[in-house]
Amino acid sequence: MSKLAIEAVSRTFAGVHGGPPTRALEPTSLAVEDNDFICILGPSGCGKSTLLRIVAGLDEPTSGRVLLDGAPVGGPGPDRGMVFQSYTLFPWLTVRQNICFGLRERGVPQAEQDRVAAHFVARVGLGGFEGHYPKMLSGGMQQRTALARALANDPKILLLDEPFGALDNQTRALMQELLLGIWEADRKTVLFVTHDIDEAIFMANRVAVMSARPGRIKSDVRIDLPHPRHYTVKTTPEFSAYKARLTEEIRAESIKAATMSL
Amino acid sequence: MKPLKPIGSKAGIALGVAFFLLFFLVWSVVTLGGFVSKTFLADPFTMLESGWRLLTVHGFHKDIGITVWRVVGGFVIAAALGVPLGIAMGAYKPIEAFFEPFVSFARYLPASAFIPLLILWAGIGEMQKLMVIFIGSFFQIVLMVAVTVGATRRDLVEAAYTLGAGNSGVVRRVLLPSSAPDIAETLRLVLGWAWTYVIVAELIGASSGIGHMITDSQALLDTGQIIFGIVVIGVIGLVSDYVFKLWNRRLFPWRLA
Repeated sequence: MSKLAIEAVSRTFAGVHGGPPTRALEPTSLAVEDNDFICILGPSGCGKSTLLRIVAGLDEPTSGRVLLDGAPVGGPGPDRGMVFQSYTLFPWLTVRQNICFGLRERGVPQAEQDRVAAHFVARVGLGGFEGHYPKMLSGGMQQRTALARALANDPKILLLDEPFGALDNQTRALMQELLLGIWEADRKTVLFVTHDIDEAIFMANRVAVMSARPGRIKSDVRIDLPHPRHYTVKTTPEFSAYKARLTEEIRAESIKAATMSL
Repeated sequence: MKPLKPIGSKAGIALGVAFFLLFFLVWSVVTLGGFVSKTFLADPFTMLESGWRLLTVHGFHKDIGITVWRVVGGFVIAAALGVPLGIAMGAYKPIEAFFEPFVSFARYLPASAFIPLLILWAGIGEMQKLMVIFIGSFFQIVLMVAVTVGATRRDLVEAAYTLGAGNSGVVRRVLLPSSAPDIAETLRLVLGWAWTYVIVAELIGASSGIGHMITDSQALLDTGQIIFGIVVIGVIGLVSDYVFKLWNRRLFPWRLA
């Protein structure tokens, strides 16, 4: 049985001002195995974030269903940790308090909270910043805290919605290595949405390419690059071959998306 | 001058004080120079002298005390009832749909127009004064708090849900803390308005208070006392505003960080 099963999930948004409804997502199916790192790759507006939000329980599918460990997903819950594209740290809480948010909600004893927080602060390299408020942190540090906050809940699956999209290139590359390192060490199951081809190939063991709107999964590419992956893998011929292939697939969809919006 | 360029704190204070001085200077020139009749506008020194006499001879500090008491009393009652209702309306849309149209309507009812009615109901005692301030403040507080709470960032709410928060957890741990600074700011603003209502309430049917003193002085054509009364209100407003700001800054350091 798959860890996460997305079964014929579609989403149609009601029309604005009596206009025609918008089909954001065609019926889409995807099976995520335990320890998978799947990147959902697609042009902007293809419905990839919608799909992830449905898995998170923040949006409801028009048809189809999502199963986590065989149980249907009803609403959002701590078993599916989420990192958003926008900075969603609670601004009134310090880094440590942000990381402990889920634990406190579950009534975990303070000593245990402190232990978990210390562990994940170290894990994402934020030692010394535990008492800082989000406003005092750079974008990269905020997203590292958001990652630690999601991981501290020990979710069954980690959902990431273009979490590094707003970061500069260098920071983004470091964040990718950090996340990959955590995945390699802790063997989490990850579903990662991105429009960045390099990012997808570097981190994923499977890349699901989505078509332009209405989105559907057009192809499912296995990435057979050895682990642990070092950033130098990005310059290997194997990496380039994957990139050439995915670029071709994405390009066709981007052109479609661009001409549709004209 | 370069737009939006900040200035140092010393220069800022100096400029602020400078305008006060300029204001007094113009006032002195206009009155002492004989451009305006003394009957209509007292000069600054007569004003201060009248004020001194009010405080030392006529026990004006008691009037100030009673007025402050009324403002604070009416405002605290309005806030104690208005803030929870505003939070409930901001958080839960059915509650908002139930109250919002009426509160929006009631907000435009001028508190001062209620004074004759309130005198009929509650006489000219303290109850009537508190009710004027309550009517003037309550609906404003409710609406502004509801808007603040309703405008909580949706992505923060969603993040809380994915971290395992339930509905009450989202209200307690996201909606409340994220709106708290703006609620405090709302209260600061409304307290300022409450000051106008109290004076209006005291102009009609009162036997004590700053407003009462002002009406009495009008009968005596003592513009010095009237202006002193107005200045006292201004100073108290300035001080309470400053205390409120300081307090908010202490309470919500994460806003400034």
